[in-house]
Amino acid sequence: MTQRRTLLAATAALGLTPGLARAQQRFASMYMFIPAGPGGGWDGLGRAVEQVARGAGLVGSFQFENVGGAGGTVGLPRFVAQRRGRGDALMVGGAVMVGAVLTNRTPVGIKDVTPIARMTTEPGVIVVPANSEFQNLRGFLDALKANPGAVSVGGGSAGGIDHITLGLMLKAQGRNAREGSYVAFAGGGPAQAAILGAQVKAGISGVSEFSEQIAAGRMRALATTGDTRSLTGVPTLKESGLDIVIGNWRGLFGAPGINAAQRQALVDFTTALHALPAWRDLMKTRGWDDAFLTGTAFEEFLARDQRETEAVLRDIGLVT
Amino acid sequence: MDSISGLALGFGNAFSLANLAWALLGCFLGTAVGVLPGIGPALTIALLLPITFTVSATGAFILFCGVFYGAMYGGSTTSILLNTPGESGSIITALEGAKMARNGRAGPALATSAIGSFVAGTVGTLGIAFLGPVIVEWALVLGPAEYFSLMVLCFVTVSAVLGSSALRGMTSLFLGLLLGLVGIDLQTGQPRLTFGVTELLDGVNVVLVAVALFAVGEALHMAWRHHEGKVEVLEVGRLMLSKEDLKRSFWPWMRGAGLGFPFGVLPAGGTEMPTMLSYYAERKLVKPEHRHEFGTTGAIEGVAGPEAANNAAAAGVLVPMLTLGLPTSATAAIMLSAFQSYGINPGPMLFTQQAELVWTLIASLFIANVMLVVLNLPLVGLWVRILKVPVPQLYGGILVFATIGTYGISNSVMDLVILYALGVVAMFMRRFDFPVAPVVIGMILGPMAEQALRQALTISQGDWTTFVTRPGSALILALAVLALAGPRIWAAVASRR
Repeated sequence: MTQRRTLLAATAALGLTPGLARAQQRFASMYMFIPAGPGGGWDGLGRAVEQVARGAGLVGSFQFENVGGAGGTVGLPRFVAQRRGRGDALMVGGAVMVGAVLTNRTPVGIKDVTPIARMTTEPGVIVVPANSEFQNLRGFLDALKANPGAVSVGGGSAGGIDHITLGLMLKAQGRNAREGSYVAFAGGGPAQAAILGAQVKAGISGVSEFSEQIAAGRMRALATTGDTRSLTGVPTLKESGLDIVIGNWRGLFGAPGINAAQRQALVDFTTALHALPAWRDLMKTRGWDDAFLTGTAFEEFLARDQRETEAVLRDIGLVT
Repeated sequence: MDSISGLALGFGNAFSLANLAWALLGCFLGTAVGVLPGIGPALTIALLLPITFTVSATGAFILFCGVFYGAMYGGSTTSILLNTPGESGSIITALEGAKMARNGRAGPALATSAIGSFVAGTVGTLGIAFLGPVIVEWALVLGPAEYFSLMVLCFVTVSAVLGSSALRGMTSLFLGLLLGLVGIDLQTGQPRLTFGVTELLDGVNVVLVAVALFAVGEALHMAWRHHEGKVEVLEVGRLMLSKEDLKRSFWPWMRGAGLGFPFGVLPAGGTEMPTMLSYYAERKLVKPEHRHEFGTTGAIEGVAGPEAANNAAAAGVLVPMLTLGLPTSATAAIMLSAFQSYGINPGPMLFTQQAELVWTLIASLFIANVMLVVLNLPLVGLWVRILKVPVPQLYGGILVFATIGTYGISNSVMDLVILYALGVVAMFMRRFDFPVAPVVIGMILGPMAEQALRQALTISQGDWTTFVTRPGSALILALAVLALAGPRIWAAVASRR
């Protein structure tokens, strides 16, 4: 056993960049549960936490498990059942899971895990093809108000964040979310292709997904959905007079049934991680916005997010 | 930068010792995961993602591309030898390939698929280098309406695999359509036919169904109908292609490559549709003296064409990724996330901003292709020896293999339950002479056609004429009508004369 520990410590030390200030080790090993397949956004956050935490010596080693499917609702019950009371276990989750738990009507939900910290967020962007008749958000909103059915909007799967964003915008125009002409595409590729080829009138997705197309002048950004501007020269929905702030946030959750001290240790770990310059650099490279929030503030946010998501999904008719 | 100088620069970079080593490692890994049913290139590259923290971008992408191309080569091996497709693009290869293997022609089947993969991979990579940016603009003109019409065209190809009884064939097709419905509906977010089982919310994996129907079904049927007595050993026969085989394979390779590449470029195309169309075309175009081999002893045209189509389509998938930054397949999506971990945001400017990386990548695709054919041709001799294993042990091994591969897809016990449940269904289907291929075709085409139909109708606000008023869609539908009615009209005219 001691030998294995030394080995683990040695491998951890190998991963260190020389010259980096070494923080105090908080966990000898940590179990990271990703309720999605490898390669996606949640997996990316989990692996990023590993990269930075191990590089700084906050955690000796990480053990990963990916159980993907249905917006995290396949993995969630597994984490809840298998890691109860474990203080060294973390699960990645986020806005997608909030929606999926509601639409899939699963018995196990986010209420069953322990919120630790919100880490990042990615605001959305409303775009139109470069040759679109809509020059700005006003024109788009007027068309939505006049005849929502005629304005086809492409995005990810029904009931996802893109769909909810459209629903909120329709509501703000005094229309019902159900009246929208939302075209769901499987994956970002086909959705982007449909917008570039002007098959749909507009599209909604994460800023990073469209930013290169916008920079190349192949799509025109009408507005972003964050609290502050995400793209230069593009207004937010909020400053355009719509009270909508929505983003694809991602965060970390602890196992159910852990005690206050265990929970505090995990919160302290995320706080120490967030304070590292390496974490800031990594967020910048990946194009993630900082959305760090812990404790009761995170819990309040979570409760509000669930309430709002449910209300829109009810309007769309996905939750009854 | 024009294509020639770009390629020159790329080859200059790719020929470094380190990069060649990455390519070789990638090809080797890719072949290995291609052979295992279930575990595909997307999952493998995803598991390799952490190396992006330490390895240079060029090295990592050369490795990934080697895995991607290698998996396409490896996927056909088990299709032919064990009737167990390793990935969805080689399901059609199993139709004729496994029959050839059963009739002592495993060597030529493997050889034609390896050389066909090489030919098509080279054609496809040339396509990326010289046609990529142009052809992708054409692909964007196609919308959901055209995609639906394309699926209608593909449904025509089902007639080639229906078998002797149309009623039995259609029953199989509808079972496939039913299986394709399972899971959350993309357009409304509502679960269908999931019966409250969370694991079913994402639907049933098509590779899993193919493995269950082809491999497990056959193994169980074998066990059921096996008579004690003499130990059967399958004949191996000659290994390499005869001059005759080569002559029969050449045009199917070309046609397959020509069909596959454009389908790969289509943002909602994929590798399955062109393999079906290629199989259909080869079956129709085969010389009359070889026609009887289709569906009986196995026709080499039916292996060469679809296998080439599969590989050319795989190359085509890289076009929208490299020219527009569009991830149109699971593998491309994972590769894009690898770009992002290097701080590169792939988009329409990738070719200009990261010219060196992109051209090195394209050059290494050529290199990987050569490596793969060199790696795979000698392996043919080794692979066919699997067939010398006595039948009971061989099928026992197939069951083990299928079980491990299936568990590897998502570590889910539910998948194993589905595997064996469908395996038992397939066993009875075999017993009562129902063809299994239409199930898989229905399962692939059904959901794609449904989504495209509903997307098109949402855009047109419920106006069905959109399918005939859009010129592209009308043209494809006309082709489908021609393919369906043409031969019958021709026969009627010919008999009257």
